Amino acid sequence: MVKEVSDITVQKVWDVLNQIPDPDIPVISIVELGIVRNVAVKDNNVEVIITPSYSGCPAMHVFKEDIITTLTNIGAKKVEISITHSLAWTTDWLSNNVKEKLKNYGIAPPEQNSETEVLFSNKKITCPFCSGTYTKRTSQFGSTPCKALWYCNNCQQPFEYFKCY
Amino acid sequence: MTKFIVRLIFIKCLKAQPICNDEHKNARYNFCLRLADNNLILAQRLAEWCSKGPILEEDLAITNMSLDLFGQAESFYDYAAAVIESNSSADELAFLRSEREYLNTLMVEQPNGDFAFTMMKQMLFSAYTKLLYESLSKSVDRTLAGLSAKALKEAKYHLRHSSEWVIRLGNGTNESKERVQFALNELWLFVDDMFAMDENDEALITIGVIENTKDIKPKWLMFIKQILEEANLQITSNTNSISGGIKGIHTEHLGHLLCEMQYLQRAYPGAKW
Ligand SMILES: [Zn+2]
Repeated sequence: MVKEVSDITVQKVWDVLNQIPDPDIPVISIVELGIVRNVAVKDNNVEVIITPSYSGCPAMHVFKEDIITTLTNIGAKKVEISITHSLAWTTDWLSNNVKEKLKNYGIAPPEQNSETEVLFSNKKITCPFCSGTYTKRTSQFGSTPCKALWYCNNCQQPFEYFKCY
Repeated sequence: MTKFIVRLIFIKCLKAQPICNDEHKNARYNFCLRLADNNLILAQRLAEWCSKGPILEEDLAITNMSLDLFGQAESFYDYAAAVIESNSSADELAFLRSEREYLNTLMVEQPNGDFAFTMMKQMLFSAYTKLLYESLSKSVDRTLAGLSAKALKEAKYHLRHSSEWVIRLGNGTNESKERVQFALNELWLFVDDMFAMDENDEALITIGVIENTKDIKPKWLMFIKQILEEANLQITSNTNSISGGIKGIHTEHLGHLLCEMQYLQRAYPGAKW
């Protein structure tokens, strides 16, 4: 029996890419994270242009494999992944909807941008659990390149902050 | 199909813009290689801290910075290879070149010493890369500009982290002050080498790919003096300096570092995960 393979459209590619979760933060997709910059389709050949989040982020290798597997599964003949650096990835690309998802997942979403940060900043990040602001930074660096460690004095919980980039 | 191919060609062009002649290509290759080597060697040094940090948060911080630098190194190696249309991979450039072929500045190859020494080294170096990437992010070479804009975001985090530690240690106990002052005195020997230039830089300045590195030094010094003042530390009066990194002439420490880093590829050529 011959399987009917419908033509792949740009929209379909975006739709399936939007189903691929970030391996570190599975509640948001790689599209929502802003990694996928462009998609081109011709005769079921697909080209996906991506940009790295952090330079050394090990998740990039997972992204690439997931993209190839997913697109091959919907019938792509050839999948080419190109990397662009011409616009550096930034957390400013995260939509309010995505920030809400991060918060509900227990990660404080990025606030303002990193340009404004000064030495020994006493900036307060809102706790994703209790929404308290009596919080303090434990470390600028956390379990993945994109996160910092914080502590909430209101509910006495450590939490992670998706830092500005 | 044509549209698709045109698009592919367009993207390939973005990867290596043919904006200049062979001489400039070699200059750009060497310049990118130098940026990559600086990042790789410092990344390897910082990785030596893994599981040895003074506290868990610092263990995470140092290894995160190491990861950023490994990533930056990989991008600059890839771009260096693309510039001269070479098939060399980032892995080959990292693992199959010998000591004399490395162009990194001498500061980054120095052993970690204690935590104060590592933080001082990180502060002196990140202050330099922050200014360098700021300048390169305006380069007419769009790929170099893009890579630098990205590296700049990371350099700022590294600089903030290490500057805070230098200030904290300088104002801490007698012991911490003594150690961080010692680090400053020792590392000052390698400051001039960071700003060294050669004929590659001259060629790239003339075509607007880079700005004159000499312009960076006064800005760097101003920033460093401000941090050191807050940290109550004194710049050493010893004006000795050594240089040679840019020519591949290194201190004894680089050979030992490469020996460990390259062991696997040297012993088992072509080994893959
Ligand atoms: Zn809380």
